Amino acid sequence: MESKRDVLLEIRDLKIEGYSDEKWIEIVHGIDLTLHRGEVMGLIGESGAGKSTIGLAAMGYARDGCRIASGSVEFDGMELTTTPESDRRALRGSRIAYVAQSAAASFNPAHRLIDQHTETPVHYNIRKRQDSQEDAMELYEKLRLPNPREIGFRYPHQVSGGQLQRAMTAMAMACRPDLIIFDEPTTALDVTTQIEVLLAIRDIVEQYNTAAIYITHDLAVVAQMADTIKVLLKGDEVEESDTRSMLDNPQEEYTKSLWAVRSFQRDQKQRPTGDAVPVVSVENIDASYGPVKVLEDVSFDIYAGMTVAVVGESGSGKSTTARCITGLLPPTKGRILFNGEELPADYRKRSKDQLRQAQMIYQMADTALNPKVLISEIIGRPAAFYGGLKGGALKSRVDELLDLIELEPSKYYNRYPPELSGGQKQRIGIARALAADPTFIICDEVTSALDQLVAEGILKLLDRLQKELNLAYMFITHDLATVRSIADEVVVMKQGKVVEQGPKNEMFTPPHHPYTDLLLSSVPEMDPDWLTTVVEERGVDNIGEAANT
Amino acid sequence: MGDVVNIVLKRLGLGLVTLFVISVIIFGAVEMLPGDIAQAVLGQGATEENVAALREQLGLNDPAPVRYFDWLAGAVVGDFGVSLVSQTSVSEAIAPRFLNTLFLAGYAAVIAVPIAILLGVIVALLRNTLFDRVANVLTLTSISSPEFFLGYILILYLSVKTGAFPAIAKLSTDMTFLELLDRTFLPALTMVLVVVAHMMRMTRAAIISLLASPYIEMARVKGMPAWKVIVKHALPNAWAPIINVVALNLAYLITGVVLVEVVFVYPGIGQLLVDAVTKRDFPVVQACCLIFAATFILLNLAADVGAILTNPRLRYKK
Repeated sequence: MESKRDVLLEIRDLKIEGYSDEKWIEIVHGIDLTLHRGEVMGLIGESGAGKSTIGLAAMGYARDGCRIASGSVEFDGMELTTTPESDRRALRGSRIAYVAQSAAASFNPAHRLIDQHTETPVHYNIRKRQDSQEDAMELYEKLRLPNPREIGFRYPHQVSGGQLQRAMTAMAMACRPDLIIFDEPTTALDVTTQIEVLLAIRDIVEQYNTAAIYITHDLAVVAQMADTIKVLLKGDEVEESDTRSMLDNPQEEYTKSLWAVRSFQRDQKQRPTGDAVPVVSVENIDASYGPVKVLEDVSFDIYAGMTVAVVGESGSGKSTTARCITGLLPPTKGRILFNGEELPADYRKRSKDQLRQAQMIYQMADTALNPKVLISEIIGRPAAFYGGLKGGALKSRVDELLDLIELEPSKYYNRYPPELSGGQKQRIGIARALAADPTFIICDEVTSALDQLVAEGILKLLDRLQKELNLAYMFITHDLATVRSIADEVVVMKQGKVVEQGPKNEMFTPPHHPYTDLLLSSVPEMDPDWLTTVVEERGVDNIGEAANT
Repeated sequence: MGDVVNIVLKRLGLGLVTLFVISVIIFGAVEMLPGDIAQAVLGQGATEENVAALREQLGLNDPAPVRYFDWLAGAVVGDFGVSLVSQTSVSEAIAPRFLNTLFLAGYAAVIAVPIAILLGVIVALLRNTLFDRVANVLTLTSISSPEFFLGYILILYLSVKTGAFPAIAKLSTDMTFLELLDRTFLPALTMVLVVVAHMMRMTRAAIISLLASPYIEMARVKGMPAWKVIVKHALPNAWAPIINVVALNLAYLITGVVLVEVVFVYPGIGQLLVDAVTKRDFPVVQACCLIFAATFILLNLAADVGAILTNPRLRYKK
């Protein structure tokens, strides 16, 4: 590789400040970054590392409440930090484009896709509207969107998430920019959709020799996309090198710890033999939302002390099954048994003790905890309600629960949820579930909103609690790495039906049900050649959603 | 689009039910007023025989439900009975007055709504600048001043001192449309001043609440200038709350203008209502109240339909 290739973007000693608590606080502490034409750089790190902030700074853009404090951002010979805003604006969209994390939220719901596509080229007189529309259709076709000549005339809500993400990539390409910032473009997608989008992005970027900054927290994804990888931690660079050597031979401890996260795996437990009764038995349940049938003949058992992972894509009926078990959505057919005893379908008809036995932990600890209520009360309320505890007994129970989730009671007793980090909030969610002294807990995507290191901590905690309290878990997730680390048994769901179930080791060894196989083989691996290999095996037209039907 | 028709029909049905409930309340409220209607109407000439005769004539001796349904049956076909005072048809008395009120409300709305929305967009664009603050203070001042005060101030400056517009908005049948507009300008302006602030501030708030949305950031990083971000990307998503507040203010323009009509001696329905109340002319009071209720219901319905039509998610199925 020649060292003096065309440099497109040169960032030197970039410092960015964010405004909070009425003062400016430095959040990016002097980052250097050099990107050549046609090069793809992966920016990787946990939340709060400053990835998106740096990505946006590369466009000379700072979010409201942020500012570029010092340093230089030189794009194609132009110093963006000193250029007038109107000139910077003219670069955005036309020469530097941005692809956001959630295309569903980033497309304006009020306009058709193609009108949003043509907006920048028409505004800056780069193309005529007609010409830009034709070009959009060509790009849609290149990105393998179905009905490329028609799909642009739909509104965002009429198009699926994976298709929207590709349409957004097409929109970024509208003016053939020199640089595209991809900000976690596949994080919100199912694995089978992700693979499709990854392939589309990689192809189009290669085809037009576009340089890109690819921001993600997923190492396996960045391994497929990037030529070089830069690891960030709390606004500082940890290390940078080309993708292969970064994967094979990370230098820094932090990088190694990131690489090692997915290694947590506990021993798989076997079902108790003899005539043990499962804690929870789901027997042939059907359920509907109004006239729409969402579950069909779902059955599985969960035994004490064991974890059953329910996996599937969004819309497969995982959470609906949980709602049936908790009685929030009474099934239209079938039974729910608890320790061999049939539960009333509607939670309102269940006894307090029946309600106590089954608790839930939610995906978004942010929204599942009332921000205006003290931690002690959040945990204390179920303890008082189910356990009838008061005064000193209640306080010592809350302390005990805080100890269980490894948070210092004296420090957290009198705090509010917004003062805690994401991982700590999720721990409070766990404590709240434990406060009822349940035998069964439903964990609904409890780690998917967390960084990998934090998520690992939560998984280890849940595992320890299970051993100590002999809890049964139903673990809803779409992340197969999580399944691998904590599940004893796996239930695979698709379109409201169970397609396969069994002990974990059997599920992860062939032969699989074709759908399980598709799910498993769609999970990106750390090997940089993985995507290429999968495409060769399956064929370009048989990837993702196409293979799914 | 079949869905929209469906929703409209459903809301219309609900509106009719609401109107029915309101008619019961209006009738009941009038029933519960203390004193005898016949006595009140006759005033000083209320001898025992006169009162008895009038009661007989008005059918006041029938039980309340019978009278209610008589009234309702008439009201459904637009016959609100006979005025107790003038002994003429209530409908005939109300119709021209109501048209006058609608004209004045329409006049004020045509000025106020575009100004309010335009100003709302501008202050959203220039939020937290001097312009925003000045607009804020001025509109707050106008909304917190009573209408009659605003009306007199306008008369003082625009009529008495400068003679630019007539102070009294008396209408006659031989006026041209332009004369009409000139004659009613001051009452219309007073009403504009009263309603513009509310709509403007709602427009501003609705737009600003959207500015943190990811699609607004997307529009910015696509290189769109600030005005385009607001007008093309925020405003289309803000229509629902704006339309609602516009409908609320239009209803106010029709039903809440008594004071303005009195100040400018404008022959609208508000004055008629006030006169009827003081004279205990209950058929007129009931009819006016029912018309006001229907106005509110219709405007709210229009707001709902408007909100649906401006939201592609409701207009186009998945």
